[in-house]
Formats: sequence, structure tokens, C-alpha cells
Amino acid sequence: MAVTEAPTATAGSTEEQAPRSFAGMLRATEIDTRLLGMLAALAVIWIGFQIWSGGTFLTPRNLWNLSVQTSAVAIMATGMVLVIVSRNIDLSVGSMLAVVGMAMALLQAEILPDWLGFDHPLTWVIALAAGIALGAVLGAFQGFVVAYAGVPSFIVTLGGLLVWRGVAWAMASGRTIAPMDSTFQLLGGGSRGNIGGLWSWVVGLVACAGIVGLLINGRRKRRTFGFAMRPRWAEIAIGAIGCGVVLLAVFYLNRYNLPEQVARERFTAAGKEFPAGGASIPFGLANPVLIAMGVLLVMTFIATRVRFGRYVFAIGGNPEAAELGGIKTKTTIVKAFTLMGVLVAIGAAVQVARLNAAVSGLGTLTELYVIAAAVIGGTSLAGGVGTIPGAILGALVMQSLQSGMVLVGVDAPLQDIAVGVVLVVAVAIDSIYRRRASS
Amino acid sequence: MTQETMTRVPLVETRDIRVAFGGVHAVDGVSVDLCPGEVVALVGGNGAGKTTLIKTLSGAHRADSGEIYIGGDRAQIDTPRDAKHYAIETIYQTLALAENIDAPANMFLGRELTTRFGTLDDNAMEDAARKVMGRLNPKFRNFKVPVKSLSGGQRQSVAIARAVHFNARILIMDEPTAALGPAETAQVAELIKQLKAEGIGIFLISHDIHDVFDLADRISVMLQGKLVGTVNKTDVTMDEVLAMIIVGKLPGEVTQAELDELRG
Repeated sequence: MAVTEAPTATAGSTEEQAPRSFAGMLRATEIDTRLLGMLAALAVIWIGFQIWSGGTFLTPRNLWNLSVQTSAVAIMATGMVLVIVSRNIDLSVGSMLAVVGMAMALLQAEILPDWLGFDHPLTWVIALAAGIALGAVLGAFQGFVVAYAGVPSFIVTLGGLLVWRGVAWAMASGRTIAPMDSTFQLLGGGSRGNIGGLWSWVVGLVACAGIVGLLINGRRKRRTFGFAMRPRWAEIAIGAIGCGVVLLAVFYLNRYNLPEQVARERFTAAGKEFPAGGASIPFGLANPVLIAMGVLLVMTFIATRVRFGRYVFAIGGNPEAAELGGIKTKTTIVKAFTLMGVLVAIGAAVQVARLNAAVSGLGTLTELYVIAAAVIGGTSLAGGVGTIPGAILGALVMQSLQSGMVLVGVDAPLQDIAVGVVLVVAVAIDSIYRRRASS
Repeated sequence: MTQETMTRVPLVETRDIRVAFGGVHAVDGVSVDLCPGEVVALVGGNGAGKTTLIKTLSGAHRADSGEIYIGGDRAQIDTPRDAKHYAIETIYQTLALAENIDAPANMFLGRELTTRFGTLDDNAMEDAARKVMGRLNPKFRNFKVPVKSLSGGQRQSVAIARAVHFNARILIMDEPTAALGPAETAQVAELIKQLKAEGIGIFLISHDIHDVFDLADRISVMLQGKLVGTVNKTDVTMDEVLAMIIVGKLPGEVTQAELDELRG
């Protein structure tokens, strides 16, 4: 029916032509340019702090710490993406984190020991499962009120922010609950909570195999249907860069070694002589980082490859169209909030394990960091737009700023000012970019 | 009604449908029917209740009372899913597209094709979309971009493709050409004739009286929620239909003076 045709024929031609310009090359790779922009921003922040800190920001040690500190917010931000994409918001994640964290702490520090004794091998599983179940229930409840009672999610979760914070205090009358189960602590990282150098390499290689496998599989499928494919050079470039970045990251992080005291204990525990010249035992990837990577994969899959994810985006794009398409919009909203609750529980487990304690003030202001990470990562508060990798990058940008400023010794109030300004500027740049792209 | 249509069982029939919003009777006891291979135009001024009536058929709105019969059997249509189950497809005036997702995703919204693992089969959906589009709008190329960046005509073809792809037996078109230029309008008219020849029954809502006379077999006129009457296109003049729309009088009842007044 159309007489006029937009000139962008990205999927139109099946020939693989050599691109004539850099912009053309970029288009041929079909990479999200906004994601590239975010990577560039991250690079600027990292290099800036590297210079400002006199060369301590980009050390393996600092980047390793950065990766651990980013994990909890990154995990929760992936869920926030879906909530915001569905034209909702969840302001209660910080308080919910406190309730779930407190519940998991009470369970393993005060309740389970009476039944199983201290440090029972099942303690951490029960505590984690109970926490996830509790998170799911709290999230589902809020989602239910939003979807079926028709109360705006802003109000429901604003109520949740106050209620859950109060509940978290009431659960232990404001006491600090500690210590955690020794296995549970591994979820938080630390000198024991990591997988060591060798397994980090294994994870890196598996990730590379995954990247190559996805590229080949995607190409094969498009060929069976006779669709336009990316030029071969673009596929190879994407694969090479992807694998290169993964392996470089593993290589670099593996240069962060255990402190000599801990290394010495490891040798003694294994019944071996500690070498006279010292020993380099890498930390390897921390468990919370692995959890965040797992969440990234699962959530990307949910957002892009299953019906639920598609429905969340459709509702965000046009709720009426989704309804007329026969989508059960209310159930979908409840599911999105339930998923958010589950991710809050995982984030809470990481936080509590890392602190080795739970306090009623746990997660204060976390909701704002989580929302900011999602929004910096390209999620539109108007709904319908957002990506999971973007949110993880957003979390990394936020945490880089904060860690960097701590490292350089910026005063706390100034840190808040800087983060606030960056948030607004990032969204402003994104809106301008989007307006340009759509016109 | 002609002799021919009377002997056949209608594809779809509404009996005494009523819908009220607050105290306003948007649809007030309307009975219409549609036979295979037939185009019935629903006409009337703004607020006559046409869109509300067809929404009860497409499951977007529940009727307060009245019955719907599909192929002679009583049907219960409460949700859009129910309507699709009866092979009723609707092209809404608003198009009902999610602007942020691409054309294949919109076409299959709520009825996605999945792989044997239950994941979305985007390639298969794109393939199907390309096939339908090849028939409707061969120039359509932008299968991978959000619908937001398409032109009005292209969006319209996505909405039409969605309705056509799922083998509708009953097609409801609410102002399908409102956003289109003359060439595109002609194409839609061509499509309607083609679908009609395939035995699909079509309810066509239109403001364009010329379109109506060009495409419809019968014309049902609504005024203030009530059905003024249903007439065979061949039995009436445009002026008589206009009189039905504006003063609500059937061809036999309307006076010459009233017709003259309409003509201005």
C-alpha cells in the first residue's frame, strides 16, 4: 500500500556489499549504536579516573572490586528494565531487599541452627530458596495490586518502600543479624567466594564458544529463510572483538592475586610448603559477578526470546494493542513484578553475604541506584524501550563513578552531586539522540 | 434482504445488542448479519455506535445484552481471544499496533510462532510476514525496524496483513482507508474485492459514501445507537442512504422535501 518508502533498507538487500564509510561499516554490523555510546562513556570515565587517580583506577585489584560492587545493583537493574518497559516503576526494591535480606539472615543465624546446627551444608540452600520465594511473593503481591486493583505502580511501590522498611526493622527490632552461614558467605565474594584463576579461564572460554555459537547459529537460521545476512567480515569482527574482550577481561582480573597471608594459608591447608619467593594465586572471577553474568544471560533470554518478554514490550509500546492482541496484560504485569522480587532476593543474598550481616537499614536508596542504572542503560521511563545488557552497563557506569570518586578522595556530598548530574546528563543525551534517530 | 442471502445461514449475526456507557445507550438493540463473500457497510455519523457495535464482535467490549450467532450457533465473545477463536479478525481504526516492536512481532502479537523449545521463532514470523506482505504490499521492506518509523500507509498494511494472515472468515474493517492516499485506498478496495471473492465476510465501517457504494453489497445505517435499517445497495440511491444517516428515515418514509434539503 505504501507509495513512499523510507530509505533505510537495512534488511532489504541480500548482497554483501563492501561498505564505503565508517558509518556504513557500523550499520552493517547491526550493533546497537546506543550500546556503543555507553561503552564509550564508560571508557571515558575509566580513563579519566585512571589519570586523576595517578594510575590506580585501572589496576586489576580495583577493577576486581568494581566488578563485585556492581553485581547486586546490576542483578536488580535487569528486572527493573522489564518493570519500566511495561510502563511501571518499582520504588520498593531497596526496602524489599532489607526484608528479604533480614529474612535470610534470621533464618540462617537464628532459626535454622536450632534445627540443623551451625554451618549445616543445607543451611545456605534453604536460606536462599526461602529468600527467593519471599521476594517472589512480595513482588507478586505488589504486581497484583497494580494490575488488578488499578493502583498506579508509583503509589503501590512507594507504599512498599515505607511498609517493607518498617517490616525489616520489626523483624529483628532493629538488631544487626550476624554472622552468616559460612557457605552462604561465598555468594558475596571475598577471598573465598571466587572461582580461582583456572576456572575463570574456563568461564572465559565457554563465553567465547557461546559468542561464536550464537553468531553461527543466527547466520545459519537466516540463511535457511533466505534473509539478508551481515557481511562475513562483520560477523568475524564481532566474534573476534567479543571473544577478545572476554579473554582480556579474564586475563586482567586474574592478575589480582590473593594477599600473601591468605595464599600462605591455602598452601598450609593443602599440606604444601609455601614457596620462598611468594606465590601468585589469582582470586579469579568473584561469585557475585558470576551470578550477575548468569542473570544477564537468563534475563536477556526472557526479554527477547520468550512470549512473556515480548508481551512486556508490547504492553509498554501500546497497552490497548496488547489487550486487543489477546495478551493477558494483567498476568503479564504481575509476572514482571514477581520477577523483580526474585531478582531483589538474589541481590539481597549477595549483599547480606558480602556484609556477613543484615541490618534493617540494608538497601537504603538502592531503589534509586537500580532505577538510575536501568535509565542510564537506555531504558525509557515512558515504557516500551530498554535492554538488559544496557542496564548492566548502566550499573557499571554508576559504580565506576562512585568507586572512582572514593578512590580519588572526593567528598561524599560532592559524590552525590556528581552522580546526580551524570544521571540527568546521560538521559538528556539519550533523548536528544533518540529524537535525532527518529526524525 | 435478497432471496439469495435469505436462504443461507449468516456467517455472523447479532441480535438486539445493547451497550451503555453510564446512562448513554451507545448501541441500542442492534441486529445485523453478514453472509460469506458479502460486504456489509456500517455507516452513520460520529457517535452513531458503529465502532462500539463491532467491538462487541471483536471482543474488545462486552455487550450488556443481546446475542451473537456464528454460523447459526450461539457464540460467547468476551475477549479478543474469543473472537479470534471464531476466526473474526479486526482492523481497528487506531490500527492497534505496538509502535516499539517490528512488523512481524506486531502481526503475530498474542499468537507468536514458537520453536519446538517454546522460544519465539522470529525468523519464521519474519518469513510469514514477508509472504503476506508480498501479496499485500510488495514494496514493503522494513521488517526489522520498530513500526514507529514506518509511514502511515505501511502501518496500515501491517494491520491489514495481521488480519489477513490468520485466515479470517469474518473481517471487520473500521475505517481502513482513513489514513491513506488515493493510490493506497484503491489498493485496499482491490484487496476487499479479492477477499470477498475468497468467501470472507466483511463488515466495513466507512465515512466515504462513494467507497460504500463501490464495495458494499448491503448497507446498515446507524443513528444514535439505533439501527435505522439495512438496505441492498442496488435498491437505493446515495441520497436515500444519506437521508437514513442524517434524518434516520428509510427510503420509503423520506419525503422529497427532505431529500432536496439534504442536497442543499
